[in-house]
Amino acid sequence: MKLKRKDILGLQDMSTEEIRLILDTAISHKGIISRPVKKVPILKGKSVCTLFYENSTRTRTSFEYAAKIMSADTTSISVAGSAITKGESFKDTLLTLEALGVDLFVIRHAAGGASHFAAKTVKSHVINAGDGMHEHPTQGLLDMLTILENKGKIEGLKVLIVGDIMHSRVARSNLWGLSKMGAEVRLCGPSTLLPAEVEKLPVKVFENLDEAIEGVDVVNVLRIQLERMDRGFFPSNREYAELFGVNKARLLRAKSDVTIMHPGPMNRGVEITADVADADFSVITDQVTNGLAVRMALLYLLLGGGGHVASA
Amino acid sequence: MADGVTKVMDEDEIRRALRRIAHEIIERNKGAQNLVIIGVQSRGVPMAKRLADLISQIEGTDITVGSLNVALYRDDYATRSARTISATEISFDVTDKRVILVDEVLFTGRTTRAAMDAIMDLGRPSVIQLAVLIDRGHKELPIRADYVGKNLPTSTKEIVEVHWVETKGEDAVMIAK
Repeated sequence: MKLKRKDILGLQDMSTEEIRLILDTAISHKGIISRPVKKVPILKGKSVCTLFYENSTRTRTSFEYAAKIMSADTTSISVAGSAITKGESFKDTLLTLEALGVDLFVIRHAAGGASHFAAKTVKSHVINAGDGMHEHPTQGLLDMLTILENKGKIEGLKVLIVGDIMHSRVARSNLWGLSKMGAEVRLCGPSTLLPAEVEKLPVKVFENLDEAIEGVDVVNVLRIQLERMDRGFFPSNREYAELFGVNKARLLRAKSDVTIMHPGPMNRGVEITADVADADFSVITDQVTNGLAVRMALLYLLLGGGGHVASA
Repeated sequence: MADGVTKVMDEDEIRRALRRIAHEIIERNKGAQNLVIIGVQSRGVPMAKRLADLISQIEGTDITVGSLNVALYRDDYATRSARTISATEISFDVTDKRVILVDEVLFTGRTTRAAMDAIMDLGRPSVIQLAVLIDRGHKELPIRADYVGKNLPTSTKEIVEVHWVETKGEDAVMIAK
């Protein structure tokens, strides 16, 4: 099986076969992470560049570790300290780095569609690591891998995504991926934080968390993006926690074997209580490990295992 | 049988070859102490299990078997299409073990090179020995097998296929032009 595409930009345009191939490859690569020598030579001589116009710890580090485990060389460019502060455009930055021999770009940008633009600009591969309020496909894939590991399947499960749906690229990638794989996706959040035209998405929308949580297999709790909350989407963190915070009492309405996920970083006491975050049915640290496996799989499929050959 | 396909080993010949190899392994290693058998995915795995069963019967002790995926260690990934890969399954420490690496056909030696690198990343075995059912020549690396079922002179254009009961419903070695 091959992945017949140059870039990974989002899950909305990805087929179920492609998603399955990526998840299967990630499962087979995961064992490498716990080996005494965490390194395989397959991507020796390939260059991976992480180009981040927004802050990030886990996504960027995860991509860099994934590339290093596969023996690729990595370079990391952030806005501060680069020629971007001298006014170099996004396009010129990409072309300069490509001329230096970058085989694959990992891009995070505040503007939706930035990775699509990059994919058209360069011949190298592009993986979208988050573009504005659009998609974050590797997070969607790692969430699906975590669900698959815990439940043995995705099809037929009820998955609730709760929180700030509007600003969340994690929610968008999750809902596209999960609905393609046959899960029932529920969204819940304050009406001010639901996206426009939410009724056109393949989801069920709830404004009451107690109703939304009834009988679900998985709750994916989104981060309240405090940096975007200056425009009065809800009165106070305390009120948000009261109405939309996930706590143990509310979880009694879910299935008894419910699994809790959170893409991090968490605001404990706001969207999730500390006892839920630390409970044994919470798989938040597994998500981080699975993120590494998914990124290793994507680097392998794009750069290694006979994937789309860009310039061979 | 299709035109140009010849059977070069049948069920009985394969059974005898494996039995001889099992005895040779025990003789060369002076018993089955510290012996582990690792099959190269995918077609080396049934042969590894058979050899382990035979050695267990002869020596009256259990032999550990693992399976190795070498896809991430190959040197030709750019020119070959990716195969659907299953994970390496080696649930034991290979350090200080006598590892018998098993593959069905020895051809260029590149798979064996990749397999040795993969094993070395898992630990430091005291010995690695190579067992193959067919040695067909045309090696591109200085690698030889310690145990050979049958030496089969071939041209590089021919295709040698080993069928196992476990996957293809019969034991046979076929050669196709």
